[in-house]
Amino acid sequence: MSLRNPVHCVVGLTVGFLGLAALYLQLGAQFVGLTQVLVYIGAVAILIIFAIMMTRSSESAEQQTFSRSWVAGVVIAVAVFAVLGWAIHFGAQTLPTQTATPDLPVQQIGDALLHRFVLPLEIIALLLTAALIGAGVLALQDPAGEKRGQQ
Amino acid sequence: MTPLSSYLLLSAFLFCIGLAGALSRRSTILVLIGIEIMLNAANLNFIAFWRYGPNPTALTGVMFTIFSIAVAAAEAAVGLSIILAVYRRTRTTDLENTEASER
Repeated sequence: MSLRNPVHCVVGLTVGFLGLAALYLQLGAQFVGLTQVLVYIGAVAILIIFAIMMTRSSESAEQQTFSRSWVAGVVIAVAVFAVLGWAIHFGAQTLPTQTATPDLPVQQIGDALLHRFVLPLEIIALLLTAALIGAGVLALQDPAGEKRGQQ
Repeated sequence: MTPLSSYLLLSAFLFCIGLAGALSRRSTILVLIGIEIMLNAANLNFIAFWRYGPNPTALTGVMFTIFSIAVAAAEAAVGLSIILAVYRRTRTTDLENTEASER
């Protein structure tokens, strides 16, 4: 997050997503790990790269890249980490410690998605459709057409 | 140091990297990247608690992570198209110059 060139930041982000996918696989959640690779590396990182190219913000790398209040931001982040670390350190005794790796076939996920979690599935489908249409509408409107509409 | 608490520490570290980035960068795209990193830290927490929790057959953590990934993808698409719309209007993605250059 501290690199000057935004494209380098996206490359770092992709490597981080890949590491997270490896962690999911290690934790026994194969489906989530592969979804992570597909959605984040395949879609979100490419989308961010396209946005960077379309806004040409890599050319303004010599400008100031950090906001004026970046010290406050870093201090807040360090304070949050200190509080979380303190909570994890002193709550570690009460944490559950299951040792057996749970077996999770994809068929079980499909069954659960279509029986117990069918309403959230429908809602997420609606949300994705709405987001797709909204993103298209937002990205397609051009300033000239807007002015013509106002006149 | 149990494995669950080390996963929680890693997730807290990732969350704070994202928070610091979202609070200190000027480019809107990089602020969005910071928010994505924070969402991923939350997902790692869900998966770790599902793996080491008392009832892994309930699948709640995995389901929540899948839905959270879908919501994050929708959020990234809408956020980036808003950034593009703002860029068309103001010719910049800089957070602190956006208001000034609109007039």
